[in-house]
Amino acid sequence: MMARKPVTFTLNGSERAAFAADGQNLLQFLRQEVGDMTPKFGCGQGGCGACTVLVDGAPHLSCLMLAEAVQGRRVETVAGLARGATPHPLQEAFMEHFAAQCGYCTPGMLMAAKALLDRTPRPTRDEVIEAIGGNLCRCTGYAPIIDAILAAANRRTPA
Amino acid sequence: MIEFRKEFFADERDDDLATIGQRVRRQDILGHVTGRSPFYDDHRFEGLLHIRCARSPHHHARIRRIDTAAAERMPGVVRVLTGRDVPRNLNTLLSLLDFGLDDEPILAETKVAYRGEPVAAVIAETEALARDAVAAVRVEYEELPHVLDPEEALKPGAPVVCDVYPTNRFIYHGKYDHQKLRYGDVEAAFARADHIVEGRYQMSPIEQAPIETCGAIAAPEVNDRYVCFTGTQGLFFSLGTAAKVLQMPSSRLHFVGGTVGGGFGGKVDSVHEPIAILGAMLTGRPCKFAWDREEEMQVGAPRGAERWYLKDAVARDGRILARKFTGYFDAGAYTRLSSYAVIKAVGHLPGPYTIPNVHADVHCVYTNRTPSTAMRGFGITGVDFAIECHMDKVAEAVGMNPVELRILNAYRDGDMKAHRREAKNCALVECCQVVAEKAGVTLSPEARAASSRTGGGGERARLPAFTRTDQDGRVEGFDTGSYARKTGSAPPPRSESTRHTTAAPQTTPSSQPRPAAPPPRAPQPPAPPLASGQRADAGGSMPPADAASPPAAPRRTGALRFSSLSGFRRR
Repeated sequence: MMARKPVTFTLNGSERAAFAADGQNLLQFLRQEVGDMTPKFGCGQGGCGACTVLVDGAPHLSCLMLAEAVQGRRVETVAGLARGATPHPLQEAFMEHFAAQCGYCTPGMLMAAKALLDRTPRPTRDEVIEAIGGNLCRCTGYAPIIDAILAAANRRTPA
Repeated sequence: MIEFRKEFFADERDDDLATIGQRVRRQDILGHVTGRSPFYDDHRFEGLLHIRCARSPHHHARIRRIDTAAAERMPGVVRVLTGRDVPRNLNTLLSLLDFGLDDEPILAETKVAYRGEPVAAVIAETEALARDAVAAVRVEYEELPHVLDPEEALKPGAPVVCDVYPTNRFIYHGKYDHQKLRYGDVEAAFARADHIVEGRYQMSPIEQAPIETCGAIAAPEVNDRYVCFTGTQGLFFSLGTAAKVLQMPSSRLHFVGGTVGGGFGGKVDSVHEPIAILGAMLTGRPCKFAWDREEEMQVGAPRGAERWYLKDAVARDGRILARKFTGYFDAGAYTRLSSYAVIKAVGHLPGPYTIPNVHADVHCVYTNRTPSTAMRGFGITGVDFAIECHMDKVAEAVGMNPVELRILNAYRDGDMKAHRREAKNCALVECCQVVAEKAGVTLSPEARAASSRTGGGGERARLPAFTRTDQDGRVEGFDTGSYARKTGSAPPPRSESTRHTTAAPQTTPSSQPRPAAPPPRAPQPPAPPLASGQRADAGGSMPPADAASPPAAPRRTGALRFSSLSGFRRR
C-alpha cells in the first residue's frame, strides 16, 4: 500500500485532518479524502481553473498543488462562501446575472472572483477580466460572469 | 417594428412576452453557486475502482493479438476487460430507434478503425495505477491502409473503414446509399441561366469541449441491480444502450443523471455507462470510467466535418432558378448519429429560399477519423455555412447587395418548398431588414417594402410541372437492420465489393449476442431495451431467430406511416 500522510489544515474556517496518499493533489484530496465536492476536475493540467480554491487567501489550482502543501494553512472553497443560509454577495450576483448555465466552472469562477474582491474591493472591468483569465467557461459566456462580479463589488458593504 | 407571429404553439405561450428583457433566475442556479449541484462525479464510493482504456495508435489496423497478461500483473490492477467480456460487443446508437446496422464494437476485437479506438479497459485501484497498466497492455497490430477524406473514401479501391458498410457509405433503409432531393429540373434551368455560380465549402470537425469531461460511475446496488451515475445528456438513451450492450433488462439498471457539466451534444454517445457497469458487474465494486482532458479532445466524438459543392443557376435580376448540392458528411469510423445528421441536412435544403429547381445528393461517408456525433445543430450549421457563403458569392456574381439578394429570394408565406410543403410563418425578409438597419446598410425601396406576407403563393405555390428523377444510389442486398423483426442485424453482403479490390480480406464481426458474463439470471431475449409500442407486436419475448431463416413477418394492421428515420411501417 502506498504511504499516506496526515494533513492538518483549516477548511472554510474549521480544523480538518485527513490522510493524503503519496503524491495526491489537493483537488483529489479535498474531494475524495475530505468530502468537499465543490472544486471540480476539468483538465488536471492547470488549464481550465475549475478546481480553483483559495489557500491563505490566494487563488490556487488545486489540481496542480500537492495535498501536503496545505499542511497548517487556510483553504477556502465555495462550500464555505455563504454565511449560513445567506448567500455571499458574489453568489447573489451570479444568480441575478445568469452567470451560470451548466454550473461546472462556477465554483472556480467564484473563488477566483472572491480572491480578487478580497484584495481589490472595487476592481475595474479589466481587473475582473484579468482575475478570471485562468478560468474557462464553455456555456455561460464571460460577459454575464464579469457583470456579476462587478455588481457584487458595487453592492458589497466595505468590510 | 418587431412583430411576433404565433401560428405555432399559440396556446402555449403568453401573449405579453413579458420575459424578454427581464432577468430570470434559472431554477437550478442556487445549486450551481453553492457548488451543490450533483454532477456525476460528486459522489464518494468506498473502494472505488478506476477504468482506463488502451487505445489504438493507428488510424486503421487489424488486431492480431491482445495480450493483457502483463497488465493484469501490474500493481493495483483488478481486472482487464477486452471485447470478449462485453455481452453484445457490437452496437449502433440509433438501434434504439430501429435505425441502422450495429457497426461499432464497445472494445475493438478484430480491427481498429480510428486512432484512439479502445481495445482493452484496465480496472485498477487508482487512476494512476490504471494508467500505468494501460501501458502494459500489448496489442499486436497489422497496419492497414487508411483513408481520412470522405471523397477519397468513395473512390474505387479505397480502404473499407467499417466492415458492416463495405462501400464506406451509410445505407438508408437497406436500400439507398445516400439521401437525395429532387424538385423540378436543375439541368434545364442551368441551360437557360444568365449566371452559373459554383462553390466548394469545407467545415472542420469541432470538439464540444465541455469543462466536465464525459464519464460515469457504476456500483452494485440492492436487488441485483446496478446504479450508474452519469453525465449523459440522454439518460434514457444511455440506459437503453447499456441494457442492450450488457444484454440485461433495463429494470436492473438504476441511472442517476440530469446534471451535466456542459454537453453541447458530446454526451449522448453512451460510451462510458456500459463499460462502467460491466466493470461493476465483473469486480463487484464501484467503478469509474471517465475521460481525461486529452481523451475528451482526442477520442471524444466531434461535430462531423462536412464538404459541400453548390451550383446555382441565377437570372440577371438575382433570382435563383436552380440549386444543386453534393454533400459529403464525414461520419468518421462509425455511424453514431451521422446518418441522422444527413437526414437533417437534406431536410434543410435549399436554405430559406424559394428556388423552383433543387437537386441534392448527400452522402454519409465513413473515414478512419474519430467518429462524429451530435453537436448543436449538427447537420444544419455546416450546410448553412455553405449556403450563406454561396449567397454572398451569387450576390457578387450578379452585382447585387447580398442582403437584397436574400430578400429577393427568401421564402414568402404560401410558397412551395422543395420538400413539397407550404412555407408558413416566414420571417427571413423581416430579419434581413432589421439586420440591414442595424448594420447601416441602405436597402433599395423595393427591398425595404418587401414582406414575408406578400408576394408568396400563387405561381410560387405550384409544384414543378416536371421533376427529373433517377435511380442513382439504389442498392440491393443490404439488410434494413430493423430490430423490429428480432432477427438481429444480419451482416450485409459485400455489395460493390469489386470497387474495393485492394482492401485486405475482411471478416465480418459477429453480430450474434454472446453469452453474458456473468450470465443473466434468466435467459434474456436480445431485446432492444427501448421497446416501443410500435414494435411490441413483433414479440418482445420472441427468442432470437436464426438469421438464415427469418420468422414470418409479424402482422401489422395499423395505418402505414412514413418516418424519415425508419421508413414506411405500420403502427
